[in-house]
Amino acid sequence: MNFNLTKEQEFVRKMVREFSIAEVRPIAADIDKEHRFPTETIKKMSKYGLMGVPFPKELGGAGGDHIAYAITVEELSRECASTGVICSAHTSLCAWPIWAWGTDEQKEKYMIPLAKGEKLGAFGLTEPNAGTDAGGQQTRAVDMGDHWLLNGAKVFITNGGYADVFVVAAMTDKAKGTKGGISAFIVEKGFDGFSIGKTEDKMGICASSTTELIFQNCKVPKENLLGKVGEGFKVAMSTLDGGRIGIASQALGIAQGALDVTVEYMKTRKQFGKSLSKMQGIQFDIAEMKTRIEASRLLVYKAADMKDKHLAYGPASAMAKLFAAETAMYVTTKAVQLHGGYGYIKDYPVERMMRDAKITEIYEGTSEVQKMVIAASVFSK
Amino acid sequence: MAFKIIVCAKQVPDTSEVKIDPVKKTIMREGVPSILNHDDANALEEALKIKDQYPDTTITVITMGPPQAKDMLLECLAMGADEGVLVSDRAVGGSDTWATSNVLAAAIAKLGEFDLIFAGRQAIDGDTAQVGPQLAEKLGLPQVTYVAEFKIDQNMKDITVKRVLEDGYELIKIQTPCMLTAIKELNVPRYMSIGGIYDAGQKECKVWNAKDIAVDLDTVGLEASPTNVFRSFTPAPKDKGMMIQGDTQKDLAQNLLINLKAKHVI
Repeated sequence: MNFNLTKEQEFVRKMVREFSIAEVRPIAADIDKEHRFPTETIKKMSKYGLMGVPFPKELGGAGGDHIAYAITVEELSRECASTGVICSAHTSLCAWPIWAWGTDEQKEKYMIPLAKGEKLGAFGLTEPNAGTDAGGQQTRAVDMGDHWLLNGAKVFITNGGYADVFVVAAMTDKAKGTKGGISAFIVEKGFDGFSIGKTEDKMGICASSTTELIFQNCKVPKENLLGKVGEGFKVAMSTLDGGRIGIASQALGIAQGALDVTVEYMKTRKQFGKSLSKMQGIQFDIAEMKTRIEASRLLVYKAADMKDKHLAYGPASAMAKLFAAETAMYVTTKAVQLHGGYGYIKDYPVERMMRDAKITEIYEGTSEVQKMVIAASVFSK
Repeated sequence: MAFKIIVCAKQVPDTSEVKIDPVKKTIMREGVPSILNHDDANALEEALKIKDQYPDTTITVITMGPPQAKDMLLECLAMGADEGVLVSDRAVGGSDTWATSNVLAAAIAKLGEFDLIFAGRQAIDGDTAQVGPQLAEKLGLPQVTYVAEFKIDQNMKDITVKRVLEDGYELIKIQTPCMLTAIKELNVPRYMSIGGIYDAGQKECKVWNAKDIAVDLDTVGLEASPTNVFRSFTPAPKDKGMMIQGDTQKDLAQNLLINLKAKHVI
């Protein structure tokens, strides 16, 4: 048992913290208000290796590990949850499955530019009628001999409007369903018959792009099948196991950011002749917030460490995401309360943080799905 | 031949967080984070810009300090420097600027040939701005301080710099080998990169003691230092300024004079 970060992981935190304060914090409120995707920030993140943290250097990555990646998403999200999820969806949901399931040619062609941040990635699983029940895929892929033909639609796709590369699940054999009936494909922006549909207007993470993907006789080259025919559900589930570490890190960062600004606010805000930080009743709120954040952090880093060690980390990442997401919601709600009226207006960042926190209990598996995963691991023994 | 740059850097307490012990009048270092001195980051950045343009350039960052100063060298390596050298020895502890420049001169002599030495103008803890110039003198190098703009010719020999003074600036031509000290206007230092952080562990970070650099022990350390810190203190904050009112320039000048006379300044 060793609770210390490595020197490299400490440096990653220091670097991403400095970067986030200087490059992310100053625009966080504006891009939320304008619903503007921060292309300029993503470009800078690519330059410094933030878009490929856990991948090996020979595949264009920074040569780090998943704890360093968790720290990266955490520190970005501490200032701006939208920026955090852009990094998370790109890394965990697109670059990672190509790394884990791709052929050498696919890695060469897609993984390297993704890990370098030259291209942005997204992942398409959810459909209007297949959310938590991902087995209900209606997008079909038909083998046409020299190519695959995709028809259908995906919804709620993070990075949708700005991504260059998409990992997409589609039904190849409806009779088999989740047991070998779904396959995964790598789809490029600009493929014939592939277009971006509606951009969603969301409660939070407003600077991230969430769109529909539309496939109308979309021709996908044979070599863009990711994994074998029928392995798509496995590709998707293994991808989401890792993605949950990213979202848990995002939730952790949101919670930490809300605590940071609340502590500073309480030191300066005076009522009844003394600062809020001197009042024991609300000091206890801070103690509770701090403790839950620290517990989340341990769960998140543990899941990331298990992933790096190639241990079965599915239940660990589900627990990390469940607890960190609920902590983010708890902490940001308290943060707004402790700010009083100022917490409810957009001049203070906690209003945005509370809106951003809610999604972490929903996407990449709702809290209820995490409980299903966790319970299944308990009762399968 | 590859261009060789030496960057002198110092690990300093983050002065935005520093406190002074009210009794001992010394800087309280406990719990204060240590950082790469700001001007030294500008010096390193300019060296890295040369390396961006001429990739076979090598950059060695040298520092004198306690063992934990190695962290700062690792940070420099993660930004893109090639090699770090830490001179660390109890015998050199407490050195003033004269003794420090003796140590650095001996260490640089051990490093061998180089084309350029870049240092920060001054450190935020001591604020002396003396070590750079003293080092140049001891190494017999031409020097330019307060460099705000830097340009090197393709021949890697001719350098043009803009030297900023209080009342103006100088454009100076100088040739390598030479010593330059950087000010913050020179550039915006880059961050470490994530890849650089993981590369840093593979790069060499030498740790030398006083014996390794063959420095005369009578010229280093607290005892040998001709200057000593008498007292450190937080200066009293300045009084609030006063806005001089007046409708015309003449009125303004008149009101200013009245105020200055009233305070017996003139």
